[in-house]
Amino acid sequence: MTAQRKASPPKIVLQGMTKSFGDKQVLRGIDLEVAAEESLAIIGTSGCGKSVTLKCLLGLLRADGGSIRVDGEEMINAGRHQMESMRQRFGMTFQFGALFDSLPIWENVTFRLRQRQHMTRQQARDAAAETITQLGLAAHVIDQYPAELSGGMQKRVALARAIADKPEILLFDEPTSGLDPITGGVIDRLIIDSVNRLGATAVTISHDMASVRRIADKVAMVHNGVIIWCGPASEMDNSGVEEVHQFVHGLADGPLTLAAQAEARRG
Amino acid sequence: MIGFLQNIGRTTLAFLAAIGRLSLFTLAAVRWTFLPPYYLRQLGRQMIDIGYFSLPVVGLTTLFSGMVLALQSYTGFARFSAEDTVATVVVLSVTRELGPVLAGLMVAGRIGASMAAEIGTMRVTDQIDALDTLSTRPMQYLVAPRIVAGTVCLPFLVLIGDLIGVFGGYLVGVYRLGFNPSIYLSRTLEYLEISDVTLGLVKAAVFGFLIALMGCYHGYHSGRGAEGVGRATTNAVVSASILILIANYIVTALFFG
Repeated sequence: MTAQRKASPPKIVLQGMTKSFGDKQVLRGIDLEVAAEESLAIIGTSGCGKSVTLKCLLGLLRADGGSIRVDGEEMINAGRHQMESMRQRFGMTFQFGALFDSLPIWENVTFRLRQRQHMTRQQARDAAAETITQLGLAAHVIDQYPAELSGGMQKRVALARAIADKPEILLFDEPTSGLDPITGGVIDRLIIDSVNRLGATAVTISHDMASVRRIADKVAMVHNGVIIWCGPASEMDNSGVEEVHQFVHGLADGPLTLAAQAEARRG
Repeated sequence: MIGFLQNIGRTTLAFLAAIGRLSLFTLAAVRWTFLPPYYLRQLGRQMIDIGYFSLPVVGLTTLFSGMVLALQSYTGFARFSAEDTVATVVVLSVTRELGPVLAGLMVAGRIGASMAAEIGTMRVTDQIDALDTLSTRPMQYLVAPRIVAGTVCLPFLVLIGDLIGVFGGYLVGVYRLGFNPSIYLSRTLEYLEISDVTLGLVKAAVFGFLIALMGCYHGYHSGRGAEGVGRATTNAVVSASILILIANYIVTALFFG
């Protein structure tokens, strides 16, 4: 997304992060670093722990062990207030939008703004209209409800909600899933523009390799609950790791397929 | 034999874990009800949904229950020439027992199910996680307003239901059984005490709390997918209905005498 990084301490550091659900250990020790204003994409097969990684980073799930540091601040055992205050620095879009069905678009977009600032209804409507027009939607959309919008429009509204109060860190969970390639490309461009405009650090989960190539500076692949490869997006094709090669090129045969078959046999 | 004991142990542990989860959820819900920020618009919406939109179903239920009660009590009391107590039996039965219990059960079906389905859908579609990421505590935004609205609105619903139920008895007493209207009314009021109505309203507040609590709890812990939301909805209605019947006995026993 951006060619050059400043030599600054990392914005996000995950070290040995583990997470289990009952007997099943999903994360076995995730190690990751994301520099300020860098865009990282996390790739991996379904169920490998990508979304769990993101949810642990945001404190939506409690990691069992390891370390999560944001700007050097340890979050792994953070109290409620510390976690809530940290979350204010994040914006996130969910795989299926997670827009609030019962609220019109303008209230969805300005939801956090209105919690944090005492805005009048008109100010909030104006702010929502400004944000969604930046993302290529018509201003009159603010009075519609999420169910009245197409999938692509819902993704734009979700992006608008995530960036409305200018967060430092943006998390995207499958931002282009369920979209046609053209709309997916448009969403990618909007993500790139928004992240660059805000000077934000971005972490994206995606299966869509075309999207990953467009939006990521750095790519990390999760397999069996650990990062098996992490490097510049431009080196993804020459990683030298069989699993990465199979995933990036969408090959049916390879170590990931064997691992999935073994997992299915174990139940 | 060991397998059988293991099953008993596993079931007991699961039951105790569920009780623990519910207790923690209840404590958190009550706690967040009293702490700012207060989401008054959410509260208003819930009060309209629970209080106003439940009126027809509660009104119809209590109207026909009052009417049936008048007919049945007349049949019974006529056998030992005590027909003139019909009005008293109707008003005491409706205010102390039928009004709150029937209204509670009907609202449990209507509101408990809708709360569980709405919150469950929000859980399944990540809307509850989205609330967290938007600096809003789901317990305060979703659960607390529903608990307050349920606890406050059900007594008003029951009060109106009581009036309609007594009116149903009056209609049958006067137009079907041939009672003199003024005598029926005076009999209705003669033995009615304020504590009879109060007991019904206390029950209603407890039932309203339980309905909202069960709806929110099961929705909040809904499983994944449509099946999970469906199960949460069923569990909310069944558990609220059972708790209403248990609480009905406990409150009645506390006020007995």
